Amino acid sequence: MFLKKIALAGTMSVLAGTAAYAGCGLTSGNVNILGNDFAAIQAVVAGATECAGDGVSVASNLTTEHRDFQVAALTANPAQYTSSIVANSSIVPLLNAGLIRSLDDLVAKHGQNLQPHQLITIDGKVMAVAFMANAQHLYYRSDILEAAGVEAPSSYAEVVAAAEKIRAAGLMDHPVALNTKTGWNLGEEFINMYMGTGAGFFKAGTAEVAINNASGVEALNMLKALTELSNPDFLTFDSNATAALWEGGQLAIATMWGSRGASILDDEGSTAEIVAATVLTGAPTLSGDKPASTLWWDGFTIATNISDEDAEATFVALVNGISDDVVMANNDKAVWLSSVYEPSAASAGVAATAAAGASPYPMLPYMGLLHTALGDELSDFLQGTESAAQALADVEAAYTTAAKEQGFL
Amino acid sequence: MRHRTFIWFILPSLAAMIIFIALPLVSVVTQSLHIEHQQVLVITENCGPFGCQQETSVDAAATAVLRAEKPLGRFNGLGTYFDRGHLASKEVSIAWANRASFRGFLSDLYNLPFYKALAFTLSYTFLVTPLVIMLGLLIALGVNRLTPALKGPTIFVSLLPMIVTPLIGSLILFWMIDAQGIIGKTLQWLLDDPVLSLKASPGLTWATLFVYGVWHSAPFAFIVFYAGLQTVNTDTLEAAQIDGATRFQQVRYVVIPHLMPLVVFIALIQLMDNFRVFEPIIGFSAQANATSLSYIIFNDLRGDVIRFNSAAATSLLTVLGVAILLTPVLIRTWRDFKRKVV
Repeated sequence: MFLKKIALAGTMSVLAGTAAYAGCGLTSGNVNILGNDFAAIQAVVAGATECAGDGVSVASNLTTEHRDFQVAALTANPAQYTSSIVANSSIVPLLNAGLIRSLDDLVAKHGQNLQPHQLITIDGKVMAVAFMANAQHLYYRSDILEAAGVEAPSSYAEVVAAAEKIRAAGLMDHPVALNTKTGWNLGEEFINMYMGTGAGFFKAGTAEVAINNASGVEALNMLKALTELSNPDFLTFDSNATAALWEGGQLAIATMWGSRGASILDDEGSTAEIVAATVLTGAPTLSGDKPASTLWWDGFTIATNISDEDAEATFVALVNGISDDVVMANNDKAVWLSSVYEPSAASAGVAATAAAGASPYPMLPYMGLLHTALGDELSDFLQGTESAAQALADVEAAYTTAAKEQGFL
Repeated sequence: MRHRTFIWFILPSLAAMIIFIALPLVSVVTQSLHIEHQQVLVITENCGPFGCQQETSVDAAATAVLRAEKPLGRFNGLGTYFDRGHLASKEVSIAWANRASFRGFLSDLYNLPFYKALAFTLSYTFLVTPLVIMLGLLIALGVNRLTPALKGPTIFVSLLPMIVTPLIGSLILFWMIDAQGIIGKTLQWLLDDPVLSLKASPGLTWATLFVYGVWHSAPFAFIVFYAGLQTVNTDTLEAAQIDGATRFQQVRYVVIPHLMPLVVFIALIQLMDNFRVFEPIIGFSAQANATSLSYIIFNDLRGDVIRFNSAAATSLLTVLGVAILLTPVLIRTWRDFKRKVV
C-alpha cells in the first residue's frame, strides 16, 4: 500500500514536470490549421503541433481541396479554422472578403526570428508570413541529351530543337511533357509562358483583359509546338501524371514544379540510373531574358473571426512550425525562406528561376477568373480545332462574362 | 383514409422535403437572379519574398459595407441565364446572322461552353438510355434460362459494375484504356495502329464514356427486368409455345408487353440520371473532350473565385432540361392511368 502510494506520487510528479514544458510559452488557445497536403506543409504542421498541451490544442486539416472551402470555413463566426496556409493565388479571395487579420502586432511581439522578406505586406500591413518558395522549372535527363548530342536548353526554342533531335535519334517518341491537364494546370502553363513575353495580362489599373495580342499568340504557338512533342494524351497530364512519367523514364525534358524535386530525386519510385541523370535547372525563356515561369510563395495567415487569444496561440504555434529546427530537419522538402536553409540539388531549379528574374504570380483579385477561363478554353487550340486568335478571343469573352458577374467590370 | 390521417401520416416526410429540397431550391433560384456587388478596387503596394510591386486589390472594408446593406448582391433578373456562359442569346444571334452555312453555325454554337456541354449530355442521355434497357433485358433473359446452380454467382457478377463506386470504376478503366494499359495496348494490337489513343481524340473519348455509362447502368435494368420476368404469365407462354412460336416470337409478343411498365420506369430513371452525368468525366479526366451540364456547374464552384450565381443558373437550366425530357414519358403514364381508371 505504501509502495503503491510512492509509485503513484512519483508518476504524478514526473508527468507534472513534463507538462510544464509543453505549450511554447502559451497558456491557452485553440489552433486549427487548414492547408494543402504535401510534405513541406505536413512538416510545418508537425512542428506547430509540438506546442500542444497544457491548455493549448492543435488540430489540422490538410487536403488538396482546401481552396474550395477555405472562404466558407473562414467566413463563419467563429471561423472553423484559425489559420489557412495559402499561396499567392489562394490568399486573394481571403483578402477580398476581409477574412484574414493583419499580423503587424503579432509579428512585433513574437516574430523576432522572421526574415523581412518573409512578411507578405498588402498596403503596408503584414497579412501573411511566407515560409517556402516554389516555381515550375525545367527538368532534363543529362544522359539522353548527351546521347542525342544536344546542349542543356535555356530557351523554349532550344527545348523544341533538342526534343526534335532526341526524337530523330530514335531515343524517345514523346520526350517532352508539361502539366497540360485541362483546367487549372493548363491555365498555369499558359500564364507561365505568357510571362516569358513580358506583356501584362490586363490593361493597366483596370480589370479589362488584354491577352489577345502578338504575345498571346506567341505563347500559344510555343505551347502547341511543345505538345506536339508530347504524348498525345497530354490534356490529361496533371503534376502527378508528369512526375510518374518522369520516374518511369519516359521523358527527357519536362517542366514540373520545384516541390516535386525532392520526391523525384529520392530513392523511391524510380531507378538509380534515372535519378542520377536527372538535372534540375531554371525555367527556359521564351523571347527575351525573362524566364517563362511564375514564382509562388506558401505562407500562413490568421483568420479574422477568432478570438485574439486563439490568434496569438496560432501565430506562436506556426512560428514554431517554421523554426530553424524544422527547416534543418526537412531541408530537402522545400525551398525554405529561412537563413538556415541549405540549397541542394532539389532546389537548384527554383533558385535559378528566381535569380534569373522571374516574376511572382500576379496577386490580383480577378486573376483567378482569367486562370479558369484559360484552363477551360485553350484545349480546342491545342487539339488543332481552333486558331490561336479564336482561342484567345474565347478566353477573353469567358473572362469578361465572369468578371461582370463578379463585379470587377 | 381520411384526409386528416393522411396529412399526419405524410407530415414528417413532407417537412423533410420542404426543408431539404424546396427551400434550397428557392435559395438557388434567388441566387441565380443576382450577381455580385461592384467591387471597389484600389491600387496598393504589395511586398513579398520576391520584392515589392504596385498591384490592384479589393478594398475589403468598402466591399463589406456594400455586402452588409444588400447581402444577396445586385439584382440581375434573367441576365445570368442569357450571358455567354449559359444560353448566350447575343452570341447565338450573332452566329446565326453571320452564318456561312448551317454546319458553320453549329460549329460556332459548339464553341460556346453551355452548348458544348449540352451536346455531350444529350448524346450521352439518348445513346446510353436505350442501350442500357436493351442490354439489361438481354442479360435478364439470359440469366433467367441458366441452371439454378449458376444463377446466384452470375447475378452477383452482373451486379458488380453498378456496385463499384462510379469514380473508382471510371478511374480503374481510365488506367486500363491508357495507351500502355491492358485495354489500350490490346486495341492497338487488334486494330494494328501503334499510335491509337482512346484519350486523345474527342470521338473516341465520347465512345469510351458511352461504353462506361452502359456498363455501369446495365445492372440496374437487368435486376429490374429479372424481377419482372419472374411474374410473366406461364399459361400465356405455354400457349404460345404450343402454337409454335419461336423463342424470339415468345419474347416479342408475350414477355416484352408484360414488361412495358418496367421499361417506362427504367427509362424515366435513366433519363434523369444520365442527364446529370458527371463522375465519368472526372474519372476519365475527359474535360478536354467532353463536358456535361453537371461538370460545368462543378467547374464554377471550384477554384479561387467561386461563382455561385453562374452555378445556380446552370443548375436551374439542368432542372428545366430534365423536366423537358421527362414530359413525353409522363404524358404517356398519365394517359395509361386515365385509361385504366375509366
